[in-house]
Amino acid sequence: MSEWRKDWRHGPWSPRIVVNAGLVTVLALVPVYAAFAGDPFAMTLFSRILIMAIAALSLNLIMGFGGMVSFGHAACLGIGGYAVGILAKEGIGSGFVQWPVAVVASAIYALVVGALCLRTRGVYFIMITLAFAQMVYYVASGLDRYGGDDGLTIYHRSQFGPFDLNNATLFYYLCFALLLASIYLVWRIVNSRFGLVIQGARSNEPRMRAVGFPTFRYRLVCFVIAGALCGLAGALLANHTNFISPAMMHWTRSGDLIVMAVLGGMHAMFGPLIGAMAFLLLEQGLSHVTDYPDLILGPLLLIVAIYVNGGIDGLLGGPRRG
Amino acid sequence: MLYFIEQFLNGIQLGMLLFLLAAGLTLIFGIMDLVNLAHGSLYMLGAYFAATFAAWTNSFVLGAVLAVVATLVAGMVLEVIAIRRLYGRNHLDHVLGTFGLLLFFNELVRLVWGPAGMTLSLPSEMLTAVQIPPGLYYPAYRLVIIVVTLAVALLLYVLVMRTRLGMLIRAGASNREMVGALGVNIKLLYTLVFGLGAALAGFAGLMQAPILTVQIGMGENILIPAFVVVVIGGIGSIRGAFVAALLVGVIDTIGRAFLPDLLHRYLSENAAATLAPALSSMSIYVLMAVVLVARPEGLFPAAGR
Repeated sequence: MSEWRKDWRHGPWSPRIVVNAGLVTVLALVPVYAAFAGDPFAMTLFSRILIMAIAALSLNLIMGFGGMVSFGHAACLGIGGYAVGILAKEGIGSGFVQWPVAVVASAIYALVVGALCLRTRGVYFIMITLAFAQMVYYVASGLDRYGGDDGLTIYHRSQFGPFDLNNATLFYYLCFALLLASIYLVWRIVNSRFGLVIQGARSNEPRMRAVGFPTFRYRLVCFVIAGALCGLAGALLANHTNFISPAMMHWTRSGDLIVMAVLGGMHAMFGPLIGAMAFLLLEQGLSHVTDYPDLILGPLLLIVAIYVNGGIDGLLGGPRRG
Repeated sequence: MLYFIEQFLNGIQLGMLLFLLAAGLTLIFGIMDLVNLAHGSLYMLGAYFAATFAAWTNSFVLGAVLAVVATLVAGMVLEVIAIRRLYGRNHLDHVLGTFGLLLFFNELVRLVWGPAGMTLSLPSEMLTAVQIPPGLYYPAYRLVIIVVTLAVALLLYVLVMRTRLGMLIRAGASNREMVGALGVNIKLLYTLVFGLGAALAGFAGLMQAPILTVQIGMGENILIPAFVVVVIGGIGSIRGAFVAALLVGVIDTIGRAFLPDLLHRYLSENAAATLAPALSSMSIYVLMAVVLVARPEGLFPAAGR
């Protein structure tokens, strides 16, 4: 049963539904605010939040629901970005080519890495996913034609016929629509028979195997879906910043994604969005207040890790999937 | 051949530094079951402390000793204030919490020492080169690193294998609950182990400092290879960490030194120049992936895990 339906049973106005609906409304109105307040930076910041939310959401699918803690998810983000950047540099500007290539490339990466990593468990899984991401990082650093360590500027955003991604409002709403579609997709996956097997394998894998499910294959498919979704986020990110570099895949970026997912609340559908928003807004807000934002952000993360079970979403109380 | 020996020694030297980091990591990992991403921060702190104390005292050795003591204290204080509360939680909480600590320490160093890096200069007698076999001049300081870290490794071996404290540490690595149940003050033991790990990391940082510059983020770059060493060696195993550290250090260094020429034999100069750095940086991760696929528990799995 979905958490939404569970929530509805407690009346239509459970705190979680109010917060999530409010969040979506606020996000829908950001371009309106930006237009009236003449604040184009808000658009840039919130586009980034939406994109990172998609990436964190894809990580949460394997980590929160599947129990597969990948410490190399930024590699998928980078592969998606590099697919766009490399094709753009080679003169293929059409988004209808670039984006599918980004998604498929990330999916293939996830397939290979998943097939090898899913044989290990626990800390070893964390470390081996990290190792593969580091390999991709160094491959990207070695791509001299595409900027090597310094990265590559993308001069033209992906072309989608009449739709011009340079239009900030259009780009924002594209990200917004893709985020909502991704949340819907993950929600459908989690609540499907497939999703129940994945969650079953998280809580007791030997038992799922004993019942007769080939859990390895289920997990692998889940891993690939998450990789593909993160590849899409990478394509968006490359278009957003007009720039790709190995730094997108540094292990601390993978750490950021984990922080977003855990901060928002891992077992919640909107958790990654809440986490991405909280993390990026805090980072931004604190840098206005102080020259040393991480001096506050760091201990804050520590406090969340120690005292807040279930992330920010956990504060909303009510029934949660366990 | 001389070039090979030189690079081999460089590899040993890198391996020994990695061992200092990995020994602490693997103890903390094995005994407290804690994924500590902030270990690199202690490495960085050690280097900054040493640079500061050496400037105050005008002595490299005195500065180094004070820095080790300072990181030991910093590690124990950190354990009591923050780390202690993360024991028994899942690994994700560890990642979140210690990632926060890592951000905090980077920013703290920027606040205290400023964004520009520092240098730690060596006493003049260590700046010379020593002739080891005829014809090979090797920097004296790199030899000092190898000898001193070997001595520390030996001390650590004696501490862990021959003393009562070491017995408790080993017991903790194989069965924490039982050690606690037998009436050992497990809280104090944890604080001591964390402090020991911190001191080793700080020592590694200050030994490396004269070769590289002391800068923010130096810990992040070495932390991941140190984790690679821990995983290859087997979590909780100091012997494994020692073997894996030398393996990783030598493979990484030799790869960097010889891959470009090797590839050049088969590929165009351009392709070799592009491929070699990427391949040599990847080599240790390939090694780790191979080891994990073949032996999922590492080379020397600690007993009882």
